[in-house]
Amino acid sequence: MGTTASQLGKDLLSEYQELTFLTKQEILLAHKRYTELLLKEDLAKDLSSIRVPMAKILTLPELKSNPFRQRICRVFSTSGLNDGSLSFEDFLDLLSAFSDSATMEIKSHYAFRIFDFDDDGTLDSSDLRNLVNCLTGETNDTRLTNEEMRQLIKNILEESDIDKDGTVNLSEFQHVISRSPDFVSSFKIVL
Amino acid sequence: MLSLVEVFEANLSGPLTSNLLLDQLPSYQSLLYRRKTTGGTKRRLSTRGRLGSSGSGKWGVSTISRQEEKQKLELKPIRELAKPMAEKRSDKTQRLAEAQELSSWRHFRQSARRFVRRLKEDGDEWLDSVKLWRSDIHLIEGERQELRMFGTGIQSYFYFLRFLVMLNLIIFLLMFSFVMLPIIVAPHASGNISYNLNDGEDASFFLWQFACLHLILLTFLELISIWKNRIVYPSSARRGLVIFHEHITDLLSGGGDSSRSATGFKRNLVQDADRFQSFCNKIFAGWDFCITNENAAKLKRSSLLYELRTDLEEERIKQKIADRTRKEKCRIYLIRLLLNLFVIAVLAACFYSIYIATIFSQQAQMKNTKENFMVDLIYEYLPSIVITLANFITPFLFSIIINFEDYSPAFEIRFTLMRCVFMRLTSIGVLLFSLWSQITTCKEEPCFCGYNLLYSCWETRVGQEMYKLTIFDFIIIAANTIFVEFPRKLIVRHCDWGLAKLWGQQEFAIPQNVLEIVYGQTICWIGTFYSPILPAICTIKYFFIFYIKKVSLINNCRPATRPFRASSSNFFFLVVLLIGLALACLPVIVSVAHINCSQACGPFVNYTTSWEVLPTTVSQLPHGWQTFLYALSSEAFAVSFFVVTCLAMFYVIALAGAHKRVINQLREQLVMEGRDKRFLIQKLYQAQKVSVVRSSASKPRSSSSSSPSYHTSFSSNFNESVFLAHPPPDSATHRLSWCGSGGSVLLLGSATDQSAKMLRIIIRADFGALWVLLCITYSQFMTASSDDIVVACGGFVKSDVEINYSLIEIKLYTKQGSLKYQTDCAPINGYFMIPIYDK
Repeated sequence: MGTTASQLGKDLLSEYQELTFLTKQEILLAHKRYTELLLKEDLAKDLSSIRVPMAKILTLPELKSNPFRQRICRVFSTSGLNDGSLSFEDFLDLLSAFSDSATMEIKSHYAFRIFDFDDDGTLDSSDLRNLVNCLTGETNDTRLTNEEMRQLIKNILEESDIDKDGTVNLSEFQHVISRSPDFVSSFKIVL
Repeated sequence: MLSLVEVFEANLSGPLTSNLLLDQLPSYQSLLYRRKTTGGTKRRLSTRGRLGSSGSGKWGVSTISRQEEKQKLELKPIRELAKPMAEKRSDKTQRLAEAQELSSWRHFRQSARRFVRRLKEDGDEWLDSVKLWRSDIHLIEGERQELRMFGTGIQSYFYFLRFLVMLNLIIFLLMFSFVMLPIIVAPHASGNISYNLNDGEDASFFLWQFACLHLILLTFLELISIWKNRIVYPSSARRGLVIFHEHITDLLSGGGDSSRSATGFKRNLVQDADRFQSFCNKIFAGWDFCITNENAAKLKRSSLLYELRTDLEEERIKQKIADRTRKEKCRIYLIRLLLNLFVIAVLAACFYSIYIATIFSQQAQMKNTKENFMVDLIYEYLPSIVITLANFITPFLFSIIINFEDYSPAFEIRFTLMRCVFMRLTSIGVLLFSLWSQITTCKEEPCFCGYNLLYSCWETRVGQEMYKLTIFDFIIIAANTIFVEFPRKLIVRHCDWGLAKLWGQQEFAIPQNVLEIVYGQTICWIGTFYSPILPAICTIKYFFIFYIKKVSLINNCRPATRPFRASSSNFFFLVVLLIGLALACLPVIVSVAHINCSQACGPFVNYTTSWEVLPTTVSQLPHGWQTFLYALSSEAFAVSFFVVTCLAMFYVIALAGAHKRVINQLREQLVMEGRDKRFLIQKLYQAQKVSVVRSSASKPRSSSSSSPSYHTSFSSNFNESVFLAHPPPDSATHRLSWCGSGGSVLLLGSATDQSAKMLRIIIRADFGALWVLLCITYSQFMTASSDDIVVACGGFVKSDVEINYSLIEIKLYTKQGSLKYQTDCAPINGYFMIPIYDK
């Protein structure tokens, strides 16, 4: 794609470098991958005005087998319609948060928002239930029984809910995550 | 939390109100309370004024620190803000605008910093692009992702293997430059080494021959595996180079593995100190976002499910154990005792058979009867075969036995492992012991020159044994992969036979595999003293084990159903390795210090024991060095050194304790912050309700926020600070005072709901029996508007006489007289507040 380099101007590129954790190559690669998702008629348009619908984003192999893919799109989407569509800048935000050099704080913040299924700012028991179901798979034989689920959620809250209000909030979540040694290495998506 | 408090500070009209609100925070209250209780007697003596000043001083300090923190928050690089790009960009322009207001020096400094950072990034990128085999490394990264699906534990197993390759290479280089090179360069400079070529028993020659032979064999094997690898993956040789290159860079970066495991250990320490966090780890950090393969995702799901189920099961078992009756306990302990006796018996039998086999093989070799090649080979390798067999059978036995012992599942695994470690590492010890018993006993009772003359070069003999063990170990690992795991996989995959399905594919059990390579390393360490080339052989051996294991893992194995965590495994690996090292040192030290060295060959022919080299060398040193070394070995130095070490250790232990305490305190603080948050949310909720009612009257200031701010949990519920902008409505605030009681109570909230709550406020002051104030107020509030509800009840305790406010307790009772709430007054001004929602 000869036009891609010209589409991403030098100034814009350096600005992206400053605003994200990505290196120049990574930004260019992201741009390439993003333009591959675009429709023919979109290519002519200005990059900042385009949004790629969620269904299209989910076809990326990096997201295809991720159980949280829809949540990820919704969290990073700045679309007012809440349809999970991503502009190029949203896409860069996504990659930046999942990049190698992103800080623990950023990662845990976005992880929290991804796990917060109902967007209410806390992880309550229904969020946790959703989360566990996502992890273990949605089919009936892979799902935990109600009794097991109840016990599990009780245990999670016991471990993480420090102020005992029945929900896990961001600071509690970050506290728990900060002591989870494998989180940073696993919360990563590389194109 | 922080931002919430700031919001309060910013929005509430006066400094007085904000202070009042902040004083009400549970954390502030308990801070006061704690200060009161900890500073017990001192406090009582101090005057009220001092109390007040200290209290407000403290508050001032924390306010300042908060402001500092805020500043720090602003200085954070923009990319570290969790905001969408557009907001980040506007932040950036805002910051730039602010920067223009700054003094020119600071402005210059900021721009310089930015410039340096940009330069560094560009440089890094450039370096990255020139780096050798960059694309190959990326490829291996990709392969690592493949390994990833077997869990982080497997990854660290391979890191460990790589670490061992490096370690052996270093040992070899040291041995080569300090032992072999002097011998090769100047054979007669380093002592009299007799080359008695006529004698077939001659040490060095024989050893070299042996080594050459096996090296040829080894190279052959290597070629085969390289060839095999090439079939599986093209350009594998090149990839090997890449791995090698990586080793070196890894080594240069300060032994990443050991530091990584050290952090893991630290984390373990901290985690052991506080709550067990397994469930949260599994749920919140359980999913590996790198997984791009549908199959791997499925595997990950099932393993997570399995883990969760087993953990829940474990908890249930723990519950069961706790509920055990005494009779059951007795029964279980009896069973455990018997089974442990049985285990000891098994171990003894194994050790005895190793002993017998060693002696038998040694004697057979002594007789030197050439029967036939195969039998000779078997005789020669008999100890190795017996040890390997024992190592093969006992883990099975142990894993069966453990089922009857009824431990918790986690402990079961650990205990079996401990038994296996003991078995493996001691078997080498037994082998050495039997060798030594052979060497040091002779037919005529006192040996002529301290050892059996039949072993004129016993050092070489020991070296040979170690060498044989190393080779045999390697062969077994290779054979196990090719002849056991591979057919097993074929059978499982291609047979629909029930039993085969039940048997399943080989599981890659990390503990067993680690034990295997640590065992090899221990042998290597023991053997290094007797045959300096052993580390080189081990380097090569591990290099190929890396490939064998990788191929076997990817092709033959399925991931373990119970994955091993990277953080815990790194530490475990090093501990086992350390045990191996300690075990390796023991026999070598004994042999160096105690057994007479052989008179026929080796560098120590002129000394009775190898140890004597040291005193002789020291006596040849210049006088200054001699006195220095003698001083080092004197009792005075030893004792003082011991004391200093003890002190250092004591200091470190004390430090660790202090850190633990700090962690606990921080946790308490978190709990407190949580309470603050809840309190404020409740207030906010009330305020919101009020404002909803009054929304027609007061025009809400709408703040335009495109995305919900997630700084605190509430701010997404309630659109930022809109509702906080309302101060407590004046009309709803009644100032009531009770005359005659000496106290005046200010009620923050207004009249109550229809249920007409009864408030009984008991204010009891007790100041040296001087003043007893008892105020019982029955107050019944009628509602002005039914929508209003009481938020809280608070006020000041006032007195004409000077009293100690900190002693006053305020209680909230229901009509029936049951205590609902109890609080203290603020010691400075007698302020108190009782939240009465939900009561």
